[in-house]
Amino acid sequence: MSSELNNPFASTEQEHRGKKVELLVKSCTLAMTWLLIIPVLAIIIFLVYKAWPALSIEFLLDNPEKKMTAGGIWGPLIGTFFLVLVSLIIAAPTGILAGVYLNEFARDNWVTRFINLAVVNLAGVPSIVHGLFGLGAFVYFLGMDRCLLAASCTVAVMTLPVIITSTKEALASVPMSFRVACWNMGATKWQTIRTIVLPNSISGILTGVILQVARAAGETAPILFTGAMISSRIADSGWDAMVPYGLEDRFMALSYHLYIISTQWQNVPESFKFGTAAVMIGLVIAVNSLSIGFRIYLRARKKW
Amino acid sequence: MEYQIEFRDVSVYYGKDIALQGINLQIPRNEIFGIIGPANAGKTTFLKAINRTLEFIHSAKTTGEVLFDGKDVRQIRNVYGLRRKVGVVFPLPVGLPMSIYENVAYAPRRSGIHNKQELEEIVVRCLKQAMLWDEVKDRLHMLGTKLSGGQQQRLTIARALSHSPDVLCLDEFSIAIDPVTTMKIEDVLTELKSEMTIILVTNLVQQARRLADQTAFFNKSELVEVGTTEKIFTSPENQLTYDYVTGDFG
Repeated sequence: MSSELNNPFASTEQEHRGKKVELLVKSCTLAMTWLLIIPVLAIIIFLVYKAWPALSIEFLLDNPEKKMTAGGIWGPLIGTFFLVLVSLIIAAPTGILAGVYLNEFARDNWVTRFINLAVVNLAGVPSIVHGLFGLGAFVYFLGMDRCLLAASCTVAVMTLPVIITSTKEALASVPMSFRVACWNMGATKWQTIRTIVLPNSISGILTGVILQVARAAGETAPILFTGAMISSRIADSGWDAMVPYGLEDRFMALSYHLYIISTQWQNVPESFKFGTAAVMIGLVIAVNSLSIGFRIYLRARKKW
Repeated sequence: MEYQIEFRDVSVYYGKDIALQGINLQIPRNEIFGIIGPANAGKTTFLKAINRTLEFIHSAKTTGEVLFDGKDVRQIRNVYGLRRKVGVVFPLPVGLPMSIYENVAYAPRRSGIHNKQELEEIVVRCLKQAMLWDEVKDRLHMLGTKLSGGQQQRLTIARALSHSPDVLCLDEFSIAIDPVTTMKIEDVLTELKSEMTIILVTNLVQQARRLADQTAFFNKSELVEVGTTEKIFTSPENQLTYDYVTGDFG
């Protein structure tokens, strides 16, 4: 009673407990956050340390030599680049247009709900299943044979659902009232999408696409049966070294290359394995930074 | 005489819920037509039935005929042409995420006006009519969404005027505007009457009394009473109307 008189702000029993719980929750969530960061840092430091002897410009630009015990990783690197490029050319327009349809035009009926369910489930299909599907659908059924195009199509199918979903989310973040205002002025749905919705969601859409680049570059399973090869002789310099694979050629890729040199090939120096892994992680980090940059740009440019 | 807008036994359903029931109503040209009524009375639905924006609500179903210039709006092939003839202002201000200039030039551009001088004349005229010109004339290229709420609402009014509509629908336009500006805009509305028909949905009963030539009272999806504003406010036939306009409702 007297303490209440002296200090009107003294904590009650309830507030006392509340403060304790607050502290507990805060430290738990903080600890979990650190737990997330530690493995990431550990992996990167370990990789770079192990890969250090191999890392050099030559390692990036030279082709594998002497059964991969010498040279570098140019062939797989450029192979991965083309795989990502071709799969994006297929998946990005398809996914973005499908996302626009689903978010802007589709009525909420059972067909739409079924499509949305299919998209969500497709996103959850394991990549090895995508690989087998690609083998059946593109390599055999469509008769593409094992090649860059078949592998790109497979990777495109794998990345499509996430591109569709992120496009839908980016579009849905544009307030409905903007659309209603435009419709009331006699604008068509497409005019509204073109002038208001897309300009204000394009950064979000691109972020989703860019994140899929990292995924397309990293997966081994979808290209395992559909076009990746252990080793192919490609030119060391000139135009043929820049564009070594046509759409109908089999190709080398970083993820598959790493799998081969770590499990199937003997006498490959350890630093080469870690070097390849480090380059892959580096690519993923670079691509993700790009998407983070996009998001910062998006936030700075936010117009409402 | 042909009415600007005529409702013939119009009912609107949202799924199973009824939003408007058997509305019969004539709105003559060049009048300010006031609509009053409590929340959920169907006032906004009434406006949406005119320019067929109800079609964006997939569950909405309309029966009866809405005539615009004597033509059933559902027979109009080019619905965008119909929407251009109706300007709408919503209760909450919506500045589009583009410059003030582009906000007002949006509708004219969509209808094919690209001449720079022509566009500029429209923008200046509409901003002046909406009482916003003096505040924004030096910063026409600032984002419309960065304006204050009241300014954005006047920007919305300017936008609704930008396609020179035959009918201007104002849905509780003054909610976000200060009383002084509201009075100024009310003066503008009285002037605009000679150019267009104005439908004024308002929660401020006195606003309808000040401005409207005729007033309709909606309650629970039904049109309770319509008549000259004078009559509605002094000697309404229906007890409900009397209670509502005298503030004794509910």
